[in-house]
Amino acid sequence: MTEKTIYELSQPGRKGFLFPASDVPTTPLPAGFERESINLPELSELDVIRHFTNLSHLNHSVDGGFYPLGSCTMKYNPKINEVAVRLPGFTQTHPYQPIVSVQGNLYLMYQLQEWLQEISGFYKVSLTPAAGAHGELVGALIIKKYHETNNNTKRVKILIPDSAHGTNPATSSMSGFEVAPLPSDSRGNVDLEVLKLHCDETLAGLMLTNPNTLGLFDENVVEVIEMVHEAGGLVYGDGANLNALLGIVRPGDLGFDILHFNLHKTFATPHGGGGPGSGPVGVSEELAKFLPGPIVDIIDEGDEENPPFYGFSIPEKSIGRMKAFYGHFGVIIKAFTYIAMHGPEGLRDISEKAVLNANYLMKKVKEDYHLPYDRTCMHEFVVEGAWKDIPSVHALDISKRLMDYGFHPPTNYFPLIVHEALMIEPTETESKQTLDAFADAMKAIAQEARENPEMLNKAPYSTPIRRSDEVKAARDLILCCWTPDKI
Amino acid sequence: MYTPHTPQEIEEMLSFIGIKSIEELFKRVPEKYRFPDLNLPEGLSEMEIAAELNEIAAANANSDEFISFLGAGAYNHYIPSVVDAILSRGEFYTAYTPYQPEVSQGTLQAIFEYQSLMVELTGMDVSNASHYDGATAAAEAANLAYHNFRGKRKKVLVARSVNPEYRETIRTYMYGLEDVQVLGDEPLESGKDEIEKLLEMIDKETAVVIVQYPDFFGRIKDYTNIVEKAHEFGALVTFVFNPTALGILKPPGAFGADIAVGDGQPLGIPLSFGGPYLGIFTVKDKFVRKLAGRLVGETVDEAGNRAFVLTLTAREQHIRREKSTSNICTNQGLMALASAVYLSVLGKTGFKQVANLCYQKAHYAAEQISKLPGFELAFPDDPFFHEFVIKTPKSVSEINLHLESHWILGGYDLRQAYPDMENQMLIAVTEKISKEDIDDFVAALEEVTND
Repeated sequence: MTEKTIYELSQPGRKGFLFPASDVPTTPLPAGFERESINLPELSELDVIRHFTNLSHLNHSVDGGFYPLGSCTMKYNPKINEVAVRLPGFTQTHPYQPIVSVQGNLYLMYQLQEWLQEISGFYKVSLTPAAGAHGELVGALIIKKYHETNNNTKRVKILIPDSAHGTNPATSSMSGFEVAPLPSDSRGNVDLEVLKLHCDETLAGLMLTNPNTLGLFDENVVEVIEMVHEAGGLVYGDGANLNALLGIVRPGDLGFDILHFNLHKTFATPHGGGGPGSGPVGVSEELAKFLPGPIVDIIDEGDEENPPFYGFSIPEKSIGRMKAFYGHFGVIIKAFTYIAMHGPEGLRDISEKAVLNANYLMKKVKEDYHLPYDRTCMHEFVVEGAWKDIPSVHALDISKRLMDYGFHPPTNYFPLIVHEALMIEPTETESKQTLDAFADAMKAIAQEARENPEMLNKAPYSTPIRRSDEVKAARDLILCCWTPDKI
Repeated sequence: MYTPHTPQEIEEMLSFIGIKSIEELFKRVPEKYRFPDLNLPEGLSEMEIAAELNEIAAANANSDEFISFLGAGAYNHYIPSVVDAILSRGEFYTAYTPYQPEVSQGTLQAIFEYQSLMVELTGMDVSNASHYDGATAAAEAANLAYHNFRGKRKKVLVARSVNPEYRETIRTYMYGLEDVQVLGDEPLESGKDEIEKLLEMIDKETAVVIVQYPDFFGRIKDYTNIVEKAHEFGALVTFVFNPTALGILKPPGAFGADIAVGDGQPLGIPLSFGGPYLGIFTVKDKFVRKLAGRLVGETVDEAGNRAFVLTLTAREQHIRREKSTSNICTNQGLMALASAVYLSVLGKTGFKQVANLCYQKAHYAAEQISKLPGFELAFPDDPFFHEFVIKTPKSVSEINLHLESHWILGGYDLRQAYPDMENQMLIAVTEKISKEDIDDFVAALEEVTND
């Protein structure tokens, strides 16, 4: 099942949209800059709608089915969020309007800053980072600026557990740090002995995901953080897995100095097929002066008759601007709506049910799949997608076969410390019936692996396309509907 | 709120796990900090929050109620209904990054088409799947240039007429790299030309020269000399462009740019108080392996049918970890889709038409305003696209306050970012502005001088 591209559908002379004719006198275009032609497709409005609707049918989505993609928190995205973000009072405000004319926006942003601070236990939050990795970059640059401000130029080393997301080491090197990997111990915690060896005067900080990517809450997290602090380093928390902690524990209370939030994961603003995300960053009181701005502040407290007046401020020693304007405001509206609807009890319910679902599913799945770290998990867990006695079947085969059962595969081959990893995160919005159906599919595939392993190697069979040739894609590099003319 | 569990199901699940209460699942969390009381307002029903959101949104003045001449990096264009009809499809917005091509062909093909449209628009060879916004794309361009010379060239030259917030973002990104200097945007000595100044500064230490087209003041400048001199010294050139302008103007590729970046907001994305927008990132062929961010490529599946996949992933952070040059992980998938739908429905004629309307209306406005006593064009000799700078007889803030009483949002006060540009207003005119709107604007400005 394939769909033609917009260029293949194009018919010379066809039009899809007309603007009103010009109502002003004509000025000639500037000589020497005039464009000769622009080869855009020529389609009718129906052509466009049908084309993109057909494309949408080729996607798996949360609205369409279970999406247990580990570390991505593919929970249900409430529809009220989509209504909220489309209110003209929001969509039609220009970022440079006078602040008196955008008090609604500023109030909303201020509330979200306050709420995220309360939920996470941090002193101050900046909403500007555009995504999780962008928030990480903020964190790493704050660590750099903190040591620099203390005239501490020797601190160049960032510790990163071997279970961490690839963005952590990439962020550290973008910020000019040296990366030292930190092994996990047999229970999946940070190895304290190795950590001790690294706690010297070159230590800048530690980037820690807790719960980690094995879905495990580090049993020594307080001790780990204290050790880094005693050595003069800072601890950055990767908030990718915050969905396990709402109303359960506040990272700020545990001693983390910095944390980024993924509004598109934890707070159900959708993933949008790979963005836009939003990655606000929270910090301790000591680090607040380094945050990127602009941050919303109350400029005038107001009184009984007048509401507070909001405006922007830039922290005193800010690392600088991370992007144009103020962050992904549209995403911020959705997170605001989500938190407002949940309140303290609703937030705790999210994490409780996310962890309940994960433990229930883990117990079911481990009947047929090896669970290398067999203890109570948080919001996700990692099993091995391979069996020693069936060497021809891999995590990839199981992933692909799951599609034939109507499920999106788990995250696979990550974390790197688990052989043939399948990382499963059910989220709190899935029902027991869905979890049971998924567990049944996993069981059936384990059975198929024994009876007919070759069949799994060719899966999936029922998807819009079959397995694709990724080697050819990288070798031939066709990145565009045609071969561009060389200029 | 959205959890489906019935009390009986919870019992069954707990009993299957072998525990008595949900609390038992959290034994590993230090008791001292476990289950904090969060000081947040009680949760609201959908009806209640809908009412509250209406109230919050109504506390803003929106551009539909005003005639707006604000631009400066975010533009008030008309968005065809088709765009939101597609963006509202759950199959697109509730999907994730297309890691599994068999069940993500919709997103993958849409991005592939987006890449194609951007290549056509810019006259460059390759587009990635997008960056966060124009500012971060410009910063990643500097990052690419730095790594292209393995960190050996330490100078990033940025024209002062590049969007001030983009320049700030470039500086933040460069802060992480060793000894990089961002230069070129110091205030100009009087009578000196910006291009001349940059030409003097280009040397063997220069990694990249970043210019804007049309520039922040709306001017259309010929950067041919800069491209030639930069290439002579082995440096790269990045164009920051406005996509709408490329409907009628020669694209960056035709000037020999190595990298062309821009913000795709004008292509069907609402103002939304500054985001989410779309970072367009395009390069010449030879930089394809140095390009940060996702790329979609065409291939075939086992049955020989055309298929689309993420490709050249070996460049990216999840494979190379600390050896990758950027940490970028997502793109702006949904925003890239918006721009692809926008350009598809406008097509060859519609896109040219919107660019031309912006150009014509801006020129009419500039001509009318410059006839007013006390008002004059700041750069009368330079061609411009849909923005221009006007010198005003009073402070811009005073004028804008007066305009607000006429339900007009005046232009951007340049003093905010350029302290030496007092009493100068940057005015943007799009296709949404009618001749009548412009005449009202001019009449309101005239009142200011008569006060």
